[in-house]
Amino acid sequence: MIGMVPAVNVAALKDTTLLNMAIFGLFVAVTMIIVIRASRNNKTAADYYAAGRSFTGPQNGTAIAGDYLSAASFLGITGAIAVNGYDGFMYSIGFLVAWLVALLLVAELLRNTGKFTMADVLSFRLKQRPVRIAAAISTLAVCFFYLLAQMAGAGSLISLLLGISDWGGQALVIIVVGALMIMYVLIGGMKGTTWVQIIKAMLLIAGAAVMTFWVLAIYGFNLSDLLGGAVETANNPAVLNPGLQYGKSDTSKLDFMSLGLALVLGTAALPHVLMRFYTVPTAKEARKSVVWSIWLIGLFYLFTLVLGYGAAALVGAETIRTAPGGVNSAAPLLAFHLGGPLLLGFISAVAFATILAVVAGLTITAAASFAHDIYANVIAKGKADADTEVKVARRTVVVIGVLAIVGGIFANGQNVAFLVALAFAVAASANLPTIIYSLFWRRFTTQGAVWSMYGGLASAIILIALSPVVSGTKTSMIQTANFAVFPLNNPGIVSIPLAFFLGWLGTVLDRKLEDTTKQAEMEVRSLTGVGAEKAVDH
Amino acid sequence: MGNDAPTPDAAASVDFKQVQSTTQFQELRKRHRSFVFPMAVAFLLWYFAYVLLADYAVGFMSTKVWGNINIGLILGLLQFVSTFAITGWYVSYSNRRLDPIASEIRHEIEGHEFDKDGNRVSGTAQ
Repeated sequence: MIGMVPAVNVAALKDTTLLNMAIFGLFVAVTMIIVIRASRNNKTAADYYAAGRSFTGPQNGTAIAGDYLSAASFLGITGAIAVNGYDGFMYSIGFLVAWLVALLLVAELLRNTGKFTMADVLSFRLKQRPVRIAAAISTLAVCFFYLLAQMAGAGSLISLLLGISDWGGQALVIIVVGALMIMYVLIGGMKGTTWVQIIKAMLLIAGAAVMTFWVLAIYGFNLSDLLGGAVETANNPAVLNPGLQYGKSDTSKLDFMSLGLALVLGTAALPHVLMRFYTVPTAKEARKSVVWSIWLIGLFYLFTLVLGYGAAALVGAETIRTAPGGVNSAAPLLAFHLGGPLLLGFISAVAFATILAVVAGLTITAAASFAHDIYANVIAKGKADADTEVKVARRTVVVIGVLAIVGGIFANGQNVAFLVALAFAVAASANLPTIIYSLFWRRFTTQGAVWSMYGGLASAIILIALSPVVSGTKTSMIQTANFAVFPLNNPGIVSIPLAFFLGWLGTVLDRKLEDTTKQAEMEVRSLTGVGAEKAVDH
Repeated sequence: MGNDAPTPDAAASVDFKQVQSTTQFQELRKRHRSFVFPMAVAFLLWYFAYVLLADYAVGFMSTKVWGNINIGLILGLLQFVSTFAITGWYVSYSNRRLDPIASEIRHEIEGHEFDKDGNRVSGTAQ
């Protein structure tokens, strides 16, 4: 077996650059036409932010899967399984199980009570200003961390897929990707962004399905033989067992618990995922969206299990580690091994499309939060008309797009992979406790919400700043200094319980009681859908 | 602008406190919570039991069952199965036990109705 392995010649990948670019160009052209056609009806704020609430559950579910299956989860998880074996698989399980929180506790109730943003729900029965500001700040923080991670990841992807290794060339590609993204979001709004996500998700899942089938066919559709192949190539039976990555020490074990907690509780509180629930006409369609996304995401992670071990068996962990792009190169290298330049070109183009689409989704979420929560409700105190609000949102899109490009160029080559985990930790700490409390706990007050949101946000960020991912080790962002007093890479295990506790403490110490009429209204509306935002009728 | 979501505040004049206190709504609330809370607790416990096993019972998880398939892989795949199963269960529960009563309450509020106990739901929608 081992003799077969060096079939992947990394240097040969450069020859496929033109093909990769051509396939990606085709994707951009097709989606741009669809975006322009779909955006003809973009008139109102509900059109721009929520696609007129006109998508069906299955369409929105596919788009959610598209949002969620970012380059980090497609390339990252396949690579993690290829290199770290079983531990990479555990990662994907956390990402999937998390959707049950969204399904059972959040999606429908949120659809019934909100309008455009997460803050709509959180401030429904509490004091508008303080709660909205806090929710908008945490939305912007999560979007910013996630965005930066995606853009920084683009750099290493470019060096792998396009064979561009110099800094200037990579910067140019980041600028092009960012500019395309701004165009999609400006022209298409939520409708355009959703279509890009749907197309990308279908291509990604189809591509992964073909590769999975191919890998399984090589091993006679026998999973055990595939695993055996991975063991043989790695020359290490431990790739099938837990612990290769997280089992090194007691700290790393605790770290995995912390990561698991943030993944499971963070997903249902990611603002760009929450905003997707407003693009469907009813709560029932929101439920269907989540069901679709659970099936698609679950199926996809089953594919990544085969692809990860397939890459471990057919490409080999050593080849993957030393290739440009490192761990992220597992899926592209496997594609090249299986289907040559054409399949590699397809997978590469899909990976690019993934970055483009996810960044677009994050940008529109951040822009909506700024325009709707900060500008319209706080600065203009609810007096801005919807036209002005959308105008502000569009300008915000440009600002965020430029920030993402600049951030992407400077973060390029930096080790900022922790930003995705941080985004989940912030979502789980700053957002989820307040979402749950305000939906299910009658007594919950403004003070509880504010304490929980700021406490969760601050503790997650401070702990990560004091952790080994930022300083003190060879893999840290800052290697020359050491102020890592917090031993874990993931703050969730501390910051999430703390935020839940602060929400409770702030509430019981609050002498003011909230308006019980609003509480009754929120509860009745959340469960029955009375007065929920309707689809825009064109 | 014109059509910025046909005003949902049709429901604004409804006395929600009264709706909240009706037995019909209380029943809906009870049915909803008695499903989602235990289910959320159950799947979270099951997930963290799995993570703890993978963290601290590596030997057990590495036990081969069939060929190269070990207990860890089987438990991991069972997480997928349980996620799909809970999803299906919740959808069927909602369709049978939640949706009918929710839409009944909604129709009563949105179209000048009275609730089952004869309490007038004060204020009506268009």
